[in-house]
Amino acid sequence: MDHLLSWIIWLPVIGMGVIAFIPRDRSVLIKQIAAIVSGVQLILAIYLWYVFDASNGNLQFMERVEWIPSFNITYILGVDGLSLPMVFLMALIGFIGIFVSWNVTNAVKGYFSLFLLLNTGVMGVFLALDFFLFYIFWEVMLLPMYFLIGMWGGPQREYAAIKFFIYTLAGSVLMLIAVLALYFTCGNTFDMLLLMERAPIALNGMLWWGMSAIKVIWVLLFIGFAIKVPVFPFHTWLPLAHVEAPTAISVILAGVLLKLGVYGMLRINYTMLPDGVFWFAGALAVLGLINVIWGAMCALAQKDLKKLVAYSSVNHMGYTLLGMAAVIAAAEMNGANLISAQAGLGGAVFQMFNHGTISAMLFILVGVIYDRAHHRDIEGFGGLASQMPIYTAFVAVAFFAGLGLPGFSGFVSEAMIFIGAFPVFKTVVIISTLGILLNAAYFLWAFQRMFFGPANEKYNELPEINSREVLTLVPLAVITLVLGVYPRPFLDLVAATLNVLIDSVVSFGGLAAGM
Amino acid sequence: MITGNFTTDACLLILFLPLLAFVINIFFGKRLPRQGDWVSIGAILITLVLALSLFVEMLSNWNYKFSHEVYFSWIDLGAFKIDLGFWVDNITIVMLLVVSLISSMTHIFSLEYMKGDVRYNRYYAYLGLFTFSMNGIVLANNLMSLYIFWELVGVSSYLLIGHWFEKHSAADASKKAFLTNRVGDIGFFIGIMIMFTAIGSFNFQQLFDGVSNELISGSLLTLAGLGLFMGAVGKSSQFPLHIWLPDAMEGPTPVSALMHAATMVAAGVYLTVRLFPLFTVDALTIIAYVGGFTAIFAATIAITQNDIKKVLAYSTVSQLGYMVLAVGVGNYVAAFFHLLTHAMFKACLFYGSGSVIHAMHHSLHDMHDHDTDPQDMRNMGGFKSKMPVTSMTMTIATLAIAGVPLFSGFLSKDAILAGTLSFVQSNPEHWILALFGFSAAAITAFYMFRLIFMTFYGSPRMPKVFDGIHESPKVMTYPLVVLAGLSFFIFYTVPYFNPFKDYGWFTKLIKAGNSAVPGNPTAKEIYDGVHYAHDAAMMLSLLVAALGIGLSYFMYYRKSLSAEAWSKRAGFLYNLSLNKYYFDENYNKFLYQPFLRLSRAVAYVDWDLYDKYFINGFGYVTKILSKITGRLDFDGLDQTLVDGIGRSAQGAGKNLKTMQTGRLQNYMLFALIGVIIILVVQIT
Repeated sequence: MDHLLSWIIWLPVIGMGVIAFIPRDRSVLIKQIAAIVSGVQLILAIYLWYVFDASNGNLQFMERVEWIPSFNITYILGVDGLSLPMVFLMALIGFIGIFVSWNVTNAVKGYFSLFLLLNTGVMGVFLALDFFLFYIFWEVMLLPMYFLIGMWGGPQREYAAIKFFIYTLAGSVLMLIAVLALYFTCGNTFDMLLLMERAPIALNGMLWWGMSAIKVIWVLLFIGFAIKVPVFPFHTWLPLAHVEAPTAISVILAGVLLKLGVYGMLRINYTMLPDGVFWFAGALAVLGLINVIWGAMCALAQKDLKKLVAYSSVNHMGYTLLGMAAVIAAAEMNGANLISAQAGLGGAVFQMFNHGTISAMLFILVGVIYDRAHHRDIEGFGGLASQMPIYTAFVAVAFFAGLGLPGFSGFVSEAMIFIGAFPVFKTVVIISTLGILLNAAYFLWAFQRMFFGPANEKYNELPEINSREVLTLVPLAVITLVLGVYPRPFLDLVAATLNVLIDSVVSFGGLAAGM
Repeated sequence: MITGNFTTDACLLILFLPLLAFVINIFFGKRLPRQGDWVSIGAILITLVLALSLFVEMLSNWNYKFSHEVYFSWIDLGAFKIDLGFWVDNITIVMLLVVSLISSMTHIFSLEYMKGDVRYNRYYAYLGLFTFSMNGIVLANNLMSLYIFWELVGVSSYLLIGHWFEKHSAADASKKAFLTNRVGDIGFFIGIMIMFTAIGSFNFQQLFDGVSNELISGSLLTLAGLGLFMGAVGKSSQFPLHIWLPDAMEGPTPVSALMHAATMVAAGVYLTVRLFPLFTVDALTIIAYVGGFTAIFAATIAITQNDIKKVLAYSTVSQLGYMVLAVGVGNYVAAFFHLLTHAMFKACLFYGSGSVIHAMHHSLHDMHDHDTDPQDMRNMGGFKSKMPVTSMTMTIATLAIAGVPLFSGFLSKDAILAGTLSFVQSNPEHWILALFGFSAAAITAFYMFRLIFMTFYGSPRMPKVFDGIHESPKVMTYPLVVLAGLSFFIFYTVPYFNPFKDYGWFTKLIKAGNSAVPGNPTAKEIYDGVHYAHDAAMMLSLLVAALGIGLSYFMYYRKSLSAEAWSKRAGFLYNLSLNKYYFDENYNKFLYQPFLRLSRAVAYVDWDLYDKYFINGFGYVTKILSKITGRLDFDGLDQTLVDGIGRSAQGAGKNLKTMQTGRLQNYMLFALIGVIIILVVQIT
């Protein structure tokens, strides 16, 4: 199939075009079209997974079309082991999200149009290999998100939306500066593949205002991406955006959008500024630790279930940073410990995916109870286990997956991250293993308060989780469970790319001795 | 993993049949006839038969060096690899038999005990999940599988302790158990990381090889060993993480027998037995102290408890301390021996207490009395005549735990005490370990007979309740009889017959190996030391057992010594013991509550200070700045200058005015354009 990647990216926009011609009162038809489009996209993503050559760590299915030749802007797409799982995750969660949104009644046409546009933006970021294109998609994604939170969100939706927008835009601005800096220093090109080759050499020893150019660009890009992850201290937009966003948007936000930050760092910082990786790895590990502990402690103190889950994202994404930092173990000066680099980086990539499935489950489940009880106050429930046993079972699965219980995929990635990062950052890792306890503490405490104890008579009539909701959860639960029991299907897919990435970091890193 | 080998296939079935029962019962149990209890019982009985056949094969092979390992690749990233698999040797086989036997008994006992429970199918499902996880620990050939199943055991314990989650106390206890175990697991995982970093493998054999090749040594190895041991401290409820086990008694009693007496809590001891070759002398010394202290510490709590299950719970903590002590002094075969005998008599005691509670419960239920505590021994007394089987079997098990000759506990406890004595003889500075060991033995004999006398002897304290007491039905008494039978020495000494020596299949087939740590005492040195200390230890242990039983007899049977008077006389100590040395209160006051307050403070800083003032501060500052620029622009530029130039420029002025929309994204855009211009100028 030609232009497979383009199809995956643009299919939702085609769906948007079709929806544009549907009268606004045909809401079911609009939902059906959105579902079909996302369904086809998911099939294409699965097909891509199937035809992808896992033994090849380089970019595959490349597409290259001249776009704005006067500025050397090209439409370049490609997929490797780093982006493939993210494309699949977006397709899956995008598809599930349609069904999670099924009971949206207000301005259905606008909602689903924006929802599909968001999908295109995210897919574009994962697949674009031209920096300008990457940036365009990055901004495209922002716009529908702003409206989806601002128009279909909770009581404080406008505040949340503008905060989300400005915060992310501030990051984008920094990123844009970095993009332009790379453009001008590396021979006027936005082509990421060329930049990967040229940037480490071109920036070698270059000083701006007395500072190493590599460090300046690294920091600009890092902050831009860190806001998205979100890395402490750029994280406070997240709980607000999550709490106010409609369920499906929280699901996409936590499930996929947060990964864009980590993906960006790995795709751009790691390949174009390998020296910066060595310079910054320690800070990355410490920031990861802060995310883990700070996020967990904030989660422990929450009374709003959705905010708890939001802070759990801060906590879980912290592990990814820790794993990413472990990549420097493979360098000569760190004992060429390839085992540790693979475990850490592999764990980070796996954790991105696992957090995607697990946090999506968590947010769907928050939505389920909110739709019924119209509040999310943890203390306001109690004894739900005897009133909604099936719902309770799903929450138990999601919470146990979230607290890193073996048998669920989150455990494998977290264990890999710890094992990988340990040889390089012993103290940081030892402190962050406190997360093992804290994760369990906030999830189990919330679980006890909501589900255990004598039944609250107020909720005797609460309807049990319905089959539509169950169907949105089952695929995620199955993936989490299967990869937790046997992670090789995922890890084999990314192994070759991990090695390419580690190689590029290690062989270019340390090139610029006087960084 | 290659199949076709009998051992491998049997182990696979032993592992996965209970899991299958779990899956069937959790999804379809409600719709099956009898809520699917027969599925679970069928699965566990097949498992038992398979475990028995492995055991028989082991006896017929009579090979103490038997070892069988299979594995498959779980993760392979090129350099980073994890293989998971089984390691089957004689210890594994014995342990598999223990787990499947006690689990079978629990399944059968529960038929009556849990009859009519609201979540009957889930109860059986969780028993299957537990059996699966426990067997997983037993079969593991590497630290990663061990950790995986370790956590799964933790979660099955969580689910079963919280089976009656409507009760706040049960919900609290289940959470406490899980979290306390996780504290231990932090250390466990750090230990795993240290070992993996040094040796590059999780596999036990490769770790042992790595240690004997000194890839890791000295204080780092001590630290790794203590980390791994922390896992055992959590799971085996050792001091200072012992707090969860007594609370875990909130679970149904058959579960207490299976998990919180015989198997799950023994997993920590099993771990230390398995990993014994990795521990340095320093690590072992600390292990010995933790175990010895726990043994005496928990025993002193058990003497004042009135809840029949709480007595047994503290007794379990104390006995586990014994086993840990035995590992610490190097005599890990004795630890495993005591694990085996203890599993039988302690499970018997728990089933017995379950039988008593069941009878109490029914009697109280018939009287419509919902206030009397059916577990409080002060409401019992004289039950011997009403419950002869329960009384007889519990007495046998009590004789075993007290270390009376002819019973299994005598042999294993004697082995532990001999090991401790021998250790102290060669390391006199650690004399207190022997004191811990022997005095704990005396106290154990005392409080166990106290339990028997208070429950079964004397005159009924609540005659009305007593009238309604009946012996439990056969599905409950048969497991009692089986396990009481297995508390006799003969099952552990065949084919020999000497009730004073542990000489038999166990000592022949379970042989201690040498430690992998260079410089540690060899297995032979330890064995010889134990051999020399044996007779003295036996005499002493007989003496202390007689002392404990005698004191109990005079205090609670003849009542020639008044328990009340003595408790008043030692009021301070009595209260310490009764209140479990106030550990729960102090942990709550000095750990949980401060941490919760800290978390709340962190959340407050995060949300109400940092975000509200610092982050939003940027917004306010930008707004103020934009107002100032707007004012300058409009009042200064537009009104004075532009108007001064003339009405022709007014249109332009209005256009500028519209830019002060107060929308931050517009300002951002302007800022962005400005930055780009500066950058372009700077670079070119």
